[in-house]
Amino acid sequence: MSAVGYAAVAGQVVVVGAGAPLLTGWMRQVRARLEGRAGAGVLQPWRDARKLLHKEPITPAGTGPAFRAAPALLVATTVVAAALVPLLSTDTPVSSHADLIVVVALIALGTFALALAGLDTGTAFGGMGASREMTVAALVEPTILLSVFALSIPTGTTNIPAIVSGAAHEPGRLASPAGLLATAALAVAVLAETGRIPVDNPSTHLELTMIHEAMVLEYAGPDLALVELGAQMRLTLLLGLLSSLFVPWGIATGGSWAPLPVALVLFGAKVAVLGAVLAAAEVFWAKVRLFRVPELLAGSFLLALLAVAASYFLNGAS
Amino acid sequence: MSMVPAVLATACGLGGAGAVAGFVLPYRLRVPVAGVLTAGVGVSGGAAGVAALVGSRWSAALPGVLPLAGVHVAVDALAGLFMAVAGAVVTAVAVYGIGYAAGHGAHGLGSRTAQTALPLFALTLVLVPVAASVSSFLVLWELMALGSLLLVLTEHRERSSVRQAGVWYAVMTHLGLVLLLAGFALFAAQAGGETFSALRAGAHVLSPAVRGLVFVLVALAFTSKAGAVPLHAWLPRAHPEAPSPVSALMSAAMVNLGVYGLVRTGLDLLGGGPAWWWLGLLAVGGASAVYGILQAAMASDLKRLLAYSTSENMSLVLIGVGASGVFTSYGDRPLAALALAAALLHVVNHSAFKALLFCAAGSVLRSTGLRDLDLLGGLRSRMPLTAGLFALGALGAVALPPGNGFISEWLLLQSLIHGLQVPGVAVAVVLPLSVALVALSAGIAAAVFVKALGVGFFARPRDKRAASANEAPPLMLAGMALLAIGIVALALVPGLLGDGLDRAVGAVGLPGTGAVSGGGVRVRLADISASLSPLWVVAALTAAILLATGLARLFARRRRRANARLWDCGGGAPTPRMAYTATSFAEPLQRVFDDVLAPEQDVNVTPVRESAYLVERIRFQHRVPDRIEHRLYDPVLRVLAGAGQAARRLAGGSVHLYLGYGFAGLVVLLLVLAVGW
Repeated sequence: MSAVGYAAVAGQVVVVGAGAPLLTGWMRQVRARLEGRAGAGVLQPWRDARKLLHKEPITPAGTGPAFRAAPALLVATTVVAAALVPLLSTDTPVSSHADLIVVVALIALGTFALALAGLDTGTAFGGMGASREMTVAALVEPTILLSVFALSIPTGTTNIPAIVSGAAHEPGRLASPAGLLATAALAVAVLAETGRIPVDNPSTHLELTMIHEAMVLEYAGPDLALVELGAQMRLTLLLGLLSSLFVPWGIATGGSWAPLPVALVLFGAKVAVLGAVLAAAEVFWAKVRLFRVPELLAGSFLLALLAVAASYFLNGAS
Repeated sequence: MSMVPAVLATACGLGGAGAVAGFVLPYRLRVPVAGVLTAGVGVSGGAAGVAALVGSRWSAALPGVLPLAGVHVAVDALAGLFMAVAGAVVTAVAVYGIGYAAGHGAHGLGSRTAQTALPLFALTLVLVPVAASVSSFLVLWELMALGSLLLVLTEHRERSSVRQAGVWYAVMTHLGLVLLLAGFALFAAQAGGETFSALRAGAHVLSPAVRGLVFVLVALAFTSKAGAVPLHAWLPRAHPEAPSPVSALMSAAMVNLGVYGLVRTGLDLLGGGPAWWWLGLLAVGGASAVYGILQAAMASDLKRLLAYSTSENMSLVLIGVGASGVFTSYGDRPLAALALAAALLHVVNHSAFKALLFCAAGSVLRSTGLRDLDLLGGLRSRMPLTAGLFALGALGAVALPPGNGFISEWLLLQSLIHGLQVPGVAVAVVLPLSVALVALSAGIAAAVFVKALGVGFFARPRDKRAASANEAPPLMLAGMALLAIGIVALALVPGLLGDGLDRAVGAVGLPGTGAVSGGGVRVRLADISASLSPLWVVAALTAAILLATGLARLFARRRRRANARLWDCGGGAPTPRMAYTATSFAEPLQRVFDDVLAPEQDVNVTPVRESAYLVERIRFQHRVPDRIEHRLYDPVLRVLAGAGQAARRLAGGSVHLYLGYGFAGLVVLLLVLAVGW
């Protein structure tokens, strides 16, 4: 079991790390094609990363350890989360540690580090980005935890592998009102956490509307490469988490080697489809005003609350 | 034979000696001697607490000490937990306080009054949980309030706001005392005895209505001490205005005793109660957590921010206690034990990080004379150790993984999430909302501490005084280092507390859950499967950081870091005035919670005389008042002031009138005696 388990964990980390730029490239390509452009190709983020890594590392004047440490911490939190979330297999050596609240908190830790780095620069844009990012992060938190609550009710645990394998063995759970509502709520939360349209525009060049990008304006070279990789990995991971929670089929649940390649292929396919859907939706959506974002998040919070209520009144009360 | 009485006697002796030393000794000797003796109080009180946590129990009656009732004392694990926490905080803060008061002049914290009150206040912090009868409890409680009041007033010569805070604190803490007195008097009269064992035995004799009344009275007083709305108004005034070591003691040890009182009375003496008590407590806790942290988000005064954060954290503890009571009343005792364990663990964690945060804020205040975040900044290069320690405390406070606060909030969330097994529609409605409120307050807390750390310590100084800050003296750093060790230990191996926590929960008659145990590193829930091992998380994060930096260095072409100007989107070299301040950082949150906070904004445009279109001066004022205080206290104060004015008319100045009052009073009294008896 253990060799397979370790291979699965390593596979998850490598797939998220190496596949994240590809997913971003893929989403940009889908978007470009839908908008009638040729696009730069799926591999462009990799080329960008290579270019940035070859540049000189820069320490802007007046920045301190927080600014230096944040990119590595951002990537590290995502790597640990990628190892924990059952993307390929639910039966891994770390599956007993894979608590959903811990994963959510790890992702929030990355946000926290990056916001501190934004303030550390002492520029107006850095502070602006940090302030907005923390506001959105604070408002997303209740939605995420209520979704966690709703998801944990059927299995009686917040352990993700247990939730995923429970859902894989009992697919009826996913089609229940609670499951669907929690999916919708979590999907909105994922959009906000990863800074996609309609909450934030990842490809914006207008500083005044930036959220995530404004925090990282001062990064250059290898540091920027890490920040970008971190953001891309976070998108991949959260889409992967969504797919694991709500489309759990294909994830290996046993200790044998055979299902792993299947799980890998299926994971790629699921995330690619989700990414394509997201990219296609972004073509038709516009970013909402910053102060309309709370309304969106309040809506998703309501969905999550309904999910908990539904699972209580439809299942628990009987 | 238990070691508890000997250690407690030592603590009393050291406290008395410290007070005498503080009163008698000249300024040069006063601060170190009284400080060391106070630290001794902390060590011995903490030792007594640890002994009780390890399992020794002790109780005694000392009839001669107080007239009429005598003093009853008892130490069990629940008292031990609070004594151990208070002892640890007192020890570290006393060491810090020696450095803080030394060389600061014979006024302020170095003054004779303050140095006399400090050891006594420290002693009462340790002793309040020991009391085992209503009279001894109330005497110690009042001594604690008076000691802290004297210490809050320490700097009354420097700032008029200190006097104001003192008045607020004195009035509210005594209102609390009146409520406690009424509640306990009613309880004792009905139960037929005033010792805690008599109350425990007689609690079931009380009619449900009387029990409910006792609980409401007592809970109001205790939640006020813990800083929960609506009786929280003293806390954000008194804590910032006290000298920082005193703020640390109040925020990290004194407010805990509100929780202690609530647990002791509600769950132990009254033996639980109907669900509505605890649902009410949950509602108060939930509302107060979000309200407290929102006010903290709006505060730009560093110590006020920390004070409001205390209110929030104590409210989270109240949520845990409330959930525990709800589960008890529905009969799910293991879950109730879990919720109570989460609450008590959060008390411990909060004390550790809040004491450190207040001490670090005190270092900043002592070095720069500034509390206003909008003027601070850039301290990480001038005061690297203080900044690092503040960052460690902030990590604990934001409830994110390697921090110690995360562990207790995780446990609290687990107990709430799994509470849905308990039947009842009220529970099904309240628990999800509680989870959401805990989550929202955790999210805003992250923003609050990003603000405190990022604006206060990072970026560049916005004021000359911040630019010329100096690192704190070694003794202050040593005191903070003690707290930091505690935080790291709690964050990495919370299992060290495991058995003690179980015994403390067991002291109110709930079964031990073994929630925090198993090799000393794991948080495990017995009846529900979920686990968290902080050590593993830290190890994994460290490995991942090494992996990320290693790979980045491996693929990078050029290793040497080059210094460069800030880019700032081509704006180039921004001045400190252009950086985000605490007020601007909080602006989006303020807009989002506009309806709750009701900020007041005032713009005065003065045009030049010749033309209305040319502006001579613009005056902008912005304030986020404490709205509850505004809405709830102001009318009461107005009515009281009106009544006072009206009462003046009774005193007309004529001797005949006063003699008439006396005569009328006598007649009424005689009539009452004649008719009524």
